[in-house]
Amino acid sequence: MSDRITLGHGSGGRLMHQLLDEFKKVFDLPGLEDAHEIEDRIALTADSFVVKPIFFPGGDIGRLAVTGTINDLAMKGAIPRYLMITYIIEEGFPIDDLVKISESAQKIADEVGIKIVGGDTKVVEKGKGDGIYITTFGVGIIPDGISLSTDRIEPGDRIVINGPIGDHGVAIINAREGFGLATDLKSDCAPLSQLVQEMLKVGGVKFMRDPTRGGVATILNEVYQETGYGIIIVEEELPIRPEVRGACELLGIDPLYVANEGKVIAFTKGDPGDIIRVMRQNRYGGGSCCIGRVEEDLDGVYLKTRIGSLRPLIMLSADPLPRIC
Amino acid sequence: MSSTIIDRFRDPRLAQRILDRIKGYGVEIKLMEVCGTHTMAIGRFGLRKLLPPEIDLLSGPGCPVCVTPTSVIDSVLSLKGVRVATFGDLLRVPGRGGTLEMARGRGLDVRVVYSPFDALKMAREKETVFIGVGFETTAPGVAATIITAREEGIKNFSVLSAFKLIPPAIDALLASGKSRIEGFILPGHVSTIIGSRPYQFLPERYRIGGVIAGFEPVDILEAIRDLIDQKMSNRPRIKIGYRRSVRPEGNERAKELMNRVFTVEDSLWRGLGWIKRSGLTLRDEYAQFDASRRYQLLPPSIDDDPNCRCGDVLRGLIKPPSCPLFGRSCTPDHPIGPCMVSSEGSCAAYYHYE
Repeated sequence: MSDRITLGHGSGGRLMHQLLDEFKKVFDLPGLEDAHEIEDRIALTADSFVVKPIFFPGGDIGRLAVTGTINDLAMKGAIPRYLMITYIIEEGFPIDDLVKISESAQKIADEVGIKIVGGDTKVVEKGKGDGIYITTFGVGIIPDGISLSTDRIEPGDRIVINGPIGDHGVAIINAREGFGLATDLKSDCAPLSQLVQEMLKVGGVKFMRDPTRGGVATILNEVYQETGYGIIIVEEELPIRPEVRGACELLGIDPLYVANEGKVIAFTKGDPGDIIRVMRQNRYGGGSCCIGRVEEDLDGVYLKTRIGSLRPLIMLSADPLPRIC
Repeated sequence: MSSTIIDRFRDPRLAQRILDRIKGYGVEIKLMEVCGTHTMAIGRFGLRKLLPPEIDLLSGPGCPVCVTPTSVIDSVLSLKGVRVATFGDLLRVPGRGGTLEMARGRGLDVRVVYSPFDALKMAREKETVFIGVGFETTAPGVAATIITAREEGIKNFSVLSAFKLIPPAIDALLASGKSRIEGFILPGHVSTIIGSRPYQFLPERYRIGGVIAGFEPVDILEAIRDLIDQKMSNRPRIKIGYRRSVRPEGNERAKELMNRVFTVEDSLWRGLGWIKRSGLTLRDEYAQFDASRRYQLLPPSIDDDPNCRCGDVLRGLIKPPSCPLFGRSCTPDHPIGPCMVSSEGSCAAYYHYE
């Protein structure tokens, strides 16, 4: 075990979970979910954003910050209400860019009806930051009768997603490294609270998570670890854009471990046909489909491949490393 | 979503037909997939579980990270005041002084690049050393980068060459006499560069056949089927199964670039030891771009944990779970041997998929 933080500790894989175990020894944490219900159906969340590049196809760090906070609240079934936003800015950062970032943050807040009520601004010396970092703090209200938890998951439940996998991660890496791959591809960065409320009205949703860092495979592994029930997802059913698939093939990474910023994975009771029909009406749910189910006598998370084999999807140690050849 | 050329090589019905024929033969055979990308593909598509038990697939030495001596990492860690550019695979490979990722946490300027040309771009700002690890696949691109550096008069750039050649390693495996391998699944990417001719020694001297294969399930299954067929008819030969990429003569332009910049020398392989004429070093004309001469780095040496059996894994003598460290003290989070750290290493592939 290394005695210092490596980038791997921030990547959502096993290394990060080891770090969380250290925190659990110090803090008396009720859970490790991104948002937490404190009292009287109030949900609380905090998040921070260090994305590079700051402006990317499909969004920027401001849109991402508000979206990410909204989605963390939404996954608890909460209606996002208030948000505070903190900037840590590196000396020399263009004020125009700061305004653009703030405007795109406000635009998402308006779309969802969340109120940005304050925050903080700090400036650090040139070289002590990377342009701009954002931290947010969000509050939402959980409607009566909503209770989402892995405790409710049981064998036979279906797993539903609202569209193509891996767009955000591939769009970012493409913009950052200038591969010139998949040039029309945009991040899927989108606020999901309205979609989620429509899904909850249909009924039958037991648990939801947004597959951000670590991607779909990591979320499914977390659910497996908490419930002890195995999961099978079906390769043929997975919505993955050809350009994402192609870029991932070239880089030697698996889209199932790539970050998304506008996706929800929902565990639903029985046939999800009605939920999927409703999801597809929403602007962020056009590609909704069922990708798998929860199994009784199975250990671990598996992908049923096109040629019929079962491939284990384990939790990665850290970010997948691009391969040499 | 929409169908691509790749889908034809993942066609479940075609794969099933080939599998049925393999099962129909009922022949026991020991095959080696030389290339780490094949090892990963076999795991990723779950082929081992679909194949009948009489087909024994062993993973070979074609994983660049796995065969790179630990001392290469330690040489890099000894550099001061330079920027280190590397492919991502090397970041978590432990040397005696830790990994490059840990060194970055301590302040060494380590950058992950996807192309050696990115490293050359960085050299315009700061003295940059690119770690040249890999096989015939990656060497031509690095050669082109070095040629460009010379043409553009960029003096801040050098390459630590640990490049290795695949055919001499296969030859060394067989020459040891211990191997029971009856056929090779030969690497598709390496062969795209070198072609099929450098493997002719396999049928001629050892009476063992090989199929150069692509990386999709149908490619790999068909290579296995062909190798069984070769064994049954006792007519070993080198076949190109990856015709959409490989020609018998290879890529002449890439080979020319490689020859212009590099010369062949004996090379130290982690797990396998010294192999004659199996590595690439920079020619004297390009000495100024040779990091080992520029910084007077020590020649490679091996300092492995005596319990680690990566060498036997790379030689195809044992499978990863037979190593006493596998899955216990050696995991992807705490790799002891190199076969665990690279995503293409056979131990990592077994840990993830089997």
